[in-house]
Amino acid sequence: MIPPMKIKLYHPTREITLKGPKQVAVLLRELNLPKEAHLVICGDELVTEDLVIPDDQVVEIRPVISGGGA
Amino acid sequence: MKCRQCQKSAVIKMERHNTSLCGGCFNLYVHDQVDRAITENKMFDHGEQILVAISGGKDSLALWDVLIKLNYRTVGLHLNLGIGDYSERSQKKVEAFAASRGVELIVHAYQEAYGLGVIEIAEETARPACSACGTMKRYHFNRIAMERGFPVVATGHNLDDEASRLLGNVLQWQEEYLEKQSPVLSDEGGTWARKVKPLFRLAEREIAAYSILNRIDYIVDECPMSKGAKMLLYKDVLNRLEEASPGTKHKFYLGFLKRQRSMPTAPTVSKPADLHPCPSCGQPTQGAVCSFCRLMQRVAP
Ligand SMILES: [Zn+2]
Ligand SMILES: [Zn+2]
Repeated sequence: MIPPMKIKLYHPTREITLKGPKQVAVLLRELNLPKEAHLVICGDELVTEDLVIPDDQVVEIRPVISGGGA
Repeated sequence: MKCRQCQKSAVIKMERHNTSLCGGCFNLYVHDQVDRAITENKMFDHGEQILVAISGGKDSLALWDVLIKLNYRTVGLHLNLGIGDYSERSQKKVEAFAASRGVELIVHAYQEAYGLGVIEIAEETARPACSACGTMKRYHFNRIAMERGFPVVATGHNLDDEASRLLGNVLQWQEEYLEKQSPVLSDEGGTWARKVKPLFRLAEREIAAYSILNRIDYIVDECPMSKGAKMLLYKDVLNRLEEASPGTKHKFYLGFLKRQRSMPTAPTVSKPADLHPCPSCGQPTQGAVCSFCRLMQRVAP
């Protein structure tokens, strides 16, 4: 059996597992995370929203917004 | 998805430019936007030494990375705010970046200098943490630049920072703040160090993508004090508008700047005529003492 994809999330930092394959745009929508405020890293690479992520992948959904001044 | 420039596999889609780019073309885009911000707004030139304020977050480290790659002469300034583990981890990331690029870094730690971190200073003076923190940052950027002979201080404020601040200032009709909201603030004939924001043309998402692509190890978690901060709400609202109508943030902030330029007075930090040296620290102020010294006077001895 193929293990499901592991997804690292922030605020709070946690890891969830999901059954693939799943398109990046669908993943963000299902998790209710706005595209403009997040980037998706699959393995080591930044990926675009049309990519379909297969099972057995390590994915990080990184928020891009910070509150304080630089 | 393919890169619109070279047909390689794209790493980012930018709705506001109706394009998608590969890593190489995206890096060129970022460098070009920063270069354009610097030259069009006469921020600084290659002969000047630039003090770059580095928090350890994505924006400041990306800014430093771009300025180094564009061959500007830079020195980093990190303020250790004394917020426990968060500040320790931030300083480590900044030091690691400076060491990896072989660039000079100045570290100023509040705990060492004043015996207190920014949270304790805010509590002792009954000021909201982000407001006391802002006063202290602005003061130290300017004082350290002037003491060490840097003509200009660069910060990593991005398009989202500036658009959300503009939204906040417009909602409250903070006219005196509106006047000051510019990517370049003049040195007023040497009264202040010049303040510049070379990332103001780039969206926060683009800067995060640049940091990830260039393997910049930055501090991802939020400052523990900023939870629930108004700015996060304004950014969220603007991002919803941006998703519905790409280019909204750019049109809002750059449109404001265009109108500001046609207004009679150019933006200034403060009218130089009203300024005199703070009797306690020597930094320019309009008050009896400067806002930093006023803050520190209220900290119980
Ligand atoms: Zn390309
Ligand atoms: Zn003072």
